Amino acid sequence: MPPTPPTGAPLRRGLTRARPARRDVLRLAGAAAGLALAAGCGIRGQKRPEVSAAEFWDGRRRTGRLRFANWPLYMDEDRTQLAQFTDATGVRVAYDEAIQDNPSWFGRIQPILANGGDIGCDLMVVTNGLELGKLLALNYLAPLDHARLPNFAEHGADLYKDTAYDPGNTYCVPYTSGLTGIAYNPEYVDREITSLDDLWDPAFKGRVGMMRDPQEIANFGLLRTGAEPEKSGEREWQAAARALRGQREAGIVRAYYEQDYIQPLTNGDVWLTMAWSGDIFQQNATEGTDLRFVVPEEGATIWTDNMIIPFTSRSPVDAVMLMDFLYDPEVAAGLTEYINYVTPVPEAKDRILAHAEDAEGDDRAFLTELAESPLVFPTEDEYARLHGYVPLEPGEDEGFTSLFLGITQA
Amino acid sequence: MPGPSGTSRAPYLLVLPGWIWLAIFFVLPICGMLSVSLMTGNVIDGFGFTGAVGNYAEALGGYWEQILRSLLYGLCATVLCIAVGYPMAYWIAFRGGAHKATYLLLLLLPFFVAQVLRAISWKFILADNGVVLGPLKALGILGPDAHVLSTATAVVCGLAYNFLPFMVLPIYAVLERVDHSVVEAARDLFASRTQAFLRVVLPLSLPGVFAGVLMVFVPTSSDYVNAAVLGGTHNTMIGNVIRTQYLVNNAYPTAAAITFVLMAALLLGIFGYARALGTEQVMEVQAR
Repeated sequence: MPPTPPTGAPLRRGLTRARPARRDVLRLAGAAAGLALAAGCGIRGQKRPEVSAAEFWDGRRRTGRLRFANWPLYMDEDRTQLAQFTDATGVRVAYDEAIQDNPSWFGRIQPILANGGDIGCDLMVVTNGLELGKLLALNYLAPLDHARLPNFAEHGADLYKDTAYDPGNTYCVPYTSGLTGIAYNPEYVDREITSLDDLWDPAFKGRVGMMRDPQEIANFGLLRTGAEPEKSGEREWQAAARALRGQREAGIVRAYYEQDYIQPLTNGDVWLTMAWSGDIFQQNATEGTDLRFVVPEEGATIWTDNMIIPFTSRSPVDAVMLMDFLYDPEVAAGLTEYINYVTPVPEAKDRILAHAEDAEGDDRAFLTELAESPLVFPTEDEYARLHGYVPLEPGEDEGFTSLFLGITQA
Repeated sequence: MPGPSGTSRAPYLLVLPGWIWLAIFFVLPICGMLSVSLMTGNVIDGFGFTGAVGNYAEALGGYWEQILRSLLYGLCATVLCIAVGYPMAYWIAFRGGAHKATYLLLLLLPFFVAQVLRAISWKFILADNGVVLGPLKALGILGPDAHVLSTATAVVCGLAYNFLPFMVLPIYAVLERVDHSVVEAARDLFASRTQAFLRVVLPLSLPGVFAGVLMVFVPTSSDYVNAAVLGGTHNTMIGNVIRTQYLVNNAYPTAAAITFVLMAALLLGIFGYARALGTEQVMEVQAR
């Protein structure tokens, strides 16, 4: 028999078998409490010091490289507009469809920006919602130098120039806008959908899709209860929440969706749903479906996705060049022909019509329809029926989101 | 070999990396989280330690329903995994012959695809008029409004499907080591096949089941992908709530408090289970 070291067996047992004696547990708890207290000094405010445009742009030069973080389906596969930009300016662009939704994008970049780190992009696109509000309040964005934005000044629609969420476009230049309305599948719905009442109609029990995003669903609840989202307060929110809860408890809602409502709508799992205008257009164009999108008579939501520059951007000059380049009407027309959302450049309409003249067959019909579509170029009357998100003062947002998350996350 | 008098340091040194790993990636963060769960504040001005036990009251009061639902879904998924996975493991271990490795590979093959993608393809397969439900409806077996998606059933099945290998593999590992002569001995002593299974194989395989239950119950209870993709209006799990509290609300203390409540609930459940099963005995069997 080989000699075994005397310590072998007990040692092995000691290592392989956990025997948490009460003493150890207490010791561990003590250590944990100590550490907790050590860490107990708190998480410092995540705010950065405010920087003026003059300070920020002082000494900045173009680098010839730009990293652009955008949403999926927000530019064609060939990245036509970026190729045009490179041809015109020589700046090479690394394009990344990194942003799937605002909250997780914000969650990803916030800790890095709080420490002044590079977030891997020089230009990004964020919706005018809660997250943009937080980015602004935390001073994470570079103030814009409007001397570098001549196209924007000349071709941008007035409506997109002095927005409520960013007066004077100090930080944001719109990339595109879109509407949140009702989409339905006429294969299953045998009447015309015109009103928010249809989303509450028990005839469609279990066949209605609603959005999970607190701001989106809040707006529909508010419009349903006759309130104006921009001017609403706590009392209106509670009423809206009651209406939405009633809709859920009556079994009318099948599920609360993010951007994943398109497939169920196409399949017939849901028959009508809250939807974004461009999604429906794109689905019809690419899949040959016949989905309908309507702006309900009570009104709908208009949102804007904004190009913004993080203050840690390595190439802010190149970023602002691209911002401005996308306001060239010809470029804007090309972009709109692919993404089918509302463009902030009204002159793009004539360019699209001109492209339609030159095109043939289906393409011609599609481009003509696009240029005439009120969903891509809303008229003033139609704009009047569109509402922004509920503007939230700092400190109000947690109560507001909790109220509406209570509906979608029951 | 060290001399008989020397206590060997080597084993301690060997586990040192493990301890350091645990300390940095488990003990430290968890203490940090514990501290966060007792803070108040907001993301703009920062959070301060105030010993706010109220966060726990909020976590329990506001989300007990989702916590209970998550534990229930986790339990159902675990039971389903045992029901489906045990026979699979048994068959591969005892009847797999020379092809055991192939069968195990087949079992694991679907899991080379990303989890989110798998959940999404379920949406296609189980669509109301899709490949499964469509024909059943056409045949009149199901009513026109019957659906699987957006229900608790879909969520539980999705969970069970996604975590099945974590049940099969540990059970297989234990069954594979069961000495066939023990079963033969039981048969020689006039045990029927059923008796031999129930009184010999099953007890011997319990450590595998125990390990499988741990590896399935814990992650399924805190999963959020399946509920988000396959669930409907009353199927939110606590993982979804934690995620939105962190990402949408930036309410880090609330999220941390919910996390600890969930952890406590899971630990209680597991200790109860271990006690009922007699861990000591389970560990003894596994050690052989």
